[in-house]
Amino acid sequence: MNDLNGENGDWAVCNKKNTARLGYWTLAWVVTMAAAAFGPKLVWDFATVPTIVAVLINLAVGFGMILANRRHLQGLDEMQRKIFLDAGALTLGVGLVCGLSYELLEDIKLISFEPQISHLVILMCVSFMVGMVAGHRKYR
Amino acid sequence: MKNRLKVLRAERDWTQAQLAHELEVSRQTVNAIEKGKFDPSLPLAFKAARLFGLTIEDIFQDD
Repeated sequence: MNDLNGENGDWAVCNKKNTARLGYWTLAWVVTMAAAAFGPKLVWDFATVPTIVAVLINLAVGFGMILANRRHLQGLDEMQRKIFLDAGALTLGVGLVCGLSYELLEDIKLISFEPQISHLVILMCVSFMVGMVAGHRKYR
Repeated sequence: MKNRLKVLRAERDWTQAQLAHELEVSRQTVNAIEKGKFDPSLPLAFKAARLFGLTIEDIFQDD
């Protein structure tokens, strides 16, 4: 048996590579999203062609990120996948329930401002992180 | 589910990281299985059995 000094060889290296790759794709997606969101106003004065190009690049990189996430998931071991699945289920539930209720608040005049999709995204991110931390604690 | 993974590992003087390497899982997963907090899938149980040269029933027992 190999002397591995801590982490476990090929599988761990592959896992780290997949995680790093997902990180790069996510970073690229955020950058292209920022370009598509702020470029029209700040850089090219709402010119149609660069705006369409920016949106298409953002979409393409977004799909790349989805594939990187799929690869990352496939590289996880079964317990890590279960933790990920549980966190994903929590996120889906919280996002659906709270998102619809949040949207309803404006319709029934309980809030005066228009619900923002970014608030829902933040909530989903927090839910996912809570789910991941809880999962890792559960199996520690 | 109870298991003898920790005993078998100790008998061979392996670390959790070494066992995790052989089973191609994380060290955390080996730790969770040893503590009975996570039940491995059938393929992983077979892999562990092959590794130790035992049957699944020799390693894992139902509560």
